Amino acid sequence: MTGLWRMIGQRLLLGMLTLFIISVVIFGATELLPGDLARELLGQSATEETLAALREQLGLNDPAPVRYWNWLTGVLQGDFGLSMATQKPISELVGARLGNTLFLALYAAALSIPLSLLLGVLAALWRNSVFDRASNALALTAISFPEFFVAYILILWLAQTGLFPSMVRITGATTTGDLLYSAFLPALTLTLVVTAHMMRMTRAAIINLLASPYIEMARLKGMSPMRVVLRHAVPNALAPIINVVALNLAYLITGVVVVEVVFVYPGLGQLMIDAVTNRDIPVVQAIALIFAAAYVLLNLLADVLSTVTNPRLMHRT
Amino acid sequence: MDRDILLSIKGLRIDGRSGDAWHPIVKGVDLTLHRGEVLGLIGESGAGKSTLGLAAMGFARDGCRISGGTIDFDGIDLRTAPEATRRSLRGKRIAYVAQSAAASFNPAHRLIGQYCEGPVVHGVMSREKAEGDAVDLYRRMRLPNPEDIGFRYPHQVSGGQLQRAMTAMAMSCRPDLIIFDEPTTALDVTTQIEVLAAIRDIVRQFGTAAIYITHDLAVVAQMADRIKVLLRGDEVEEADTRSMLAAPREEYTRSLWAVRSFARPEQPPGRGTPVVSVRNVTAGYGAVDVLRNVSFDIHARRTVAVVGESGSGKSTTARVITGLLPPRKGQVLMGGKTLPPGFKGRSRDELRQCQMIYQMADTALNPRLRLRELIGRPAEMYLGLTGKALEARIRDLLALIELEPDTYIDRLPSELSGGQKQRIGIARALAAEPQLIICDEVTSALDQIVQEGILKLLDRLQGELNLACMFITHDLATVKSIADEVVVMQQGVVVEHGPKAALFADPKQDYTRLLLSSVPEMDPDWLNRLLAARGEDA
Repeated sequence: MTGLWRMIGQRLLLGMLTLFIISVVIFGATELLPGDLARELLGQSATEETLAALREQLGLNDPAPVRYWNWLTGVLQGDFGLSMATQKPISELVGARLGNTLFLALYAAALSIPLSLLLGVLAALWRNSVFDRASNALALTAISFPEFFVAYILILWLAQTGLFPSMVRITGATTTGDLLYSAFLPALTLTLVVTAHMMRMTRAAIINLLASPYIEMARLKGMSPMRVVLRHAVPNALAPIINVVALNLAYLITGVVVVEVVFVYPGLGQLMIDAVTNRDIPVVQAIALIFAAAYVLLNLLADVLSTVTNPRLMHRT
Repeated sequence: MDRDILLSIKGLRIDGRSGDAWHPIVKGVDLTLHRGEVLGLIGESGAGKSTLGLAAMGFARDGCRISGGTIDFDGIDLRTAPEATRRSLRGKRIAYVAQSAAASFNPAHRLIGQYCEGPVVHGVMSREKAEGDAVDLYRRMRLPNPEDIGFRYPHQVSGGQLQRAMTAMAMSCRPDLIIFDEPTTALDVTTQIEVLAAIRDIVRQFGTAAIYITHDLAVVAQMADRIKVLLRGDEVEEADTRSMLAAPREEYTRSLWAVRSFARPEQPPGRGTPVVSVRNVTAGYGAVDVLRNVSFDIHARRTVAVVGESGSGKSTTARVITGLLPPRKGQVLMGGKTLPPGFKGRSRDELRQCQMIYQMADTALNPRLRLRELIGRPAEMYLGLTGKALEARIRDLLALIELEPDTYIDRLPSELSGGQKQRIGIARALAAEPQLIICDEVTSALDQIVQEGILKLLDRLQGELNLACMFITHDLATVKSIADEVVVMQQGVVVEHGPKAALFADPKQDYTRLLLSSVPEMDPDWLNRLLAARGEDA
């Protein structure tokens, strides 16, 4: 057990280092963005004097390392600064949106992970059968269309008929039940997008093991095919499955911009797009850093779970 | 019909698929087994022993199909019975013990969970009762700590213990028949004895019938009441063990018996500077010393066999000599000159002088390279040969290992047999024109008849090229036939070292005596006598 805690500690430190490097990259990349925030804020009619005064006030004239240092120290204290466009604290702005994004990601994950594991296990069990081919073909079809296309098809089928709403409106009075109902279409779209990857990985990881001597042993002990797969193959296939699930979860948090736009869902992706168009650099930086942290944390979680589920790593003697 | 007959196989044919074509693996074999009887199935690899053994459970591996004949198990035709019936028999009335217990236990579950699975799923007994039963059987199989060992994961238990735990697992439903598929082949000789004795006892205690598959005649002689010899899917002959051993009828059977007759003439003792000299080497990985104060010399033309169980440090010694593992203390001298400890510090010429041949030719040869490149590269790299000279050298080397150059020079390793692959491993080592070759279990994965070819080849080459040879093996029969000197290792220490004849005739150390007495002999009473003798000692 101490070994596990040590590993988690090491990975957390490494994760911080990764995030630090990413923060440098994010800051450097936003430096490269064209345009002038002061002119963006004041409009075309502003005079040179007012522009210069605003730049001074926003600290835009400081050298880049100084601005980076000020930004980083703020972030470390949980203060992402003020949004330049709205002059509101970024943490407030991002906080609500992050909640929405996490809700949608978890919703889609709750639909897609059980579905893809089930399909993957069944496809491995009945490999090369009609079921295997059909589920593979369907999953690949779903992943091959662009997300917005899938979204519009779903709107056409399920929203035009009045079954589900095509827009998500979140107010203070929205209950969880309402939210589950109104966010169903975006969640379903995301499910269709990520299922293929996880399902095919599950199938491949299990089939890869079916040639092992211990699988043959289980069959020679008279175990049913279902039991062979579930009890003998799946526990040994967990590591690759966990990793691909973690990658897809990260995608669900960070890669849903298009779906959010189609369904007018107030998530982080939309906020980021708005911030980029408004040249609201601090907001862009904050969101990029949150996305990076999501990747780092989910990968850490995947590594820990892979270790915990592997007796060879947990019970060394 | 004889009421005592448990299993009756008639005219069994099994095909294997290669590409789109089916080719026969078992070609019409008959087999009869009585209750409580042990039948030995013996033959080289490719004889169809395992396939036949599995067919006795109504099971064919993926890519195989049972294409003809009948398999009658206690009145049930396993060929025509529905899969559900066959499944209900497997594990319950017919059980299987696999060659590698380490690979055949599921790494994700504890031993006792895997033991209980059969009895519980087949409805023979409850989980609680099965757990108690497991402890009892573990005890009967003479496993250490029978109460606790079941709660370990497979990777926490040694190979010999796993093999016994697997036999206990096969016994869990008290089957009528157990198929043992080379259960001791992967074990050290000293461990093999314990497993053989435990298997034989438990089979007798419960009156279980067994099919015992092996390629080792001496082992089958201890275990079987009757022996059936197979060759390429056909039966050669069958007889009860004693008459088969005393008077084999067929030429092929006699050739199996005669394999171990090859003996390399002993070379004159080395004089002058040894080719390689290992001096007081201590080496290890991490915090552990795997070798402690190891010393020995090898002279030109001499073969020094390094023997010991797995984990005794044989291969680690080879890694120190080749520079793959720099020693912590001591040195390696080549021709009287101290070599730099790690291979990175050694000159190309120093590296050239010492070449390795590996156990698994399959994995030691790059499957994407043709023989021309496999053998040509070292010649090009160490000796700077190019163009016509290189081509001529490759052809010479192929001729040297008795492979026709025109036929083989452009083949891939996958187009060769196991013995031929090992010959390529030898040619690759010789391409560098070394003074010392290190053979790491080079014959262990080969059939005995193929082994003999390789040993003869090595002997001839050693004489022609004046080579010194370090021969790592756990097989004492091979040591007897080729070694001049023997180094016996145990837990990283050289326990005994001397000329072969003296060491075999009069071993000075207890461990050497234990090792020598553990090599099975072709006498069916050997195991009984040995156990009796050891019992008296204890």
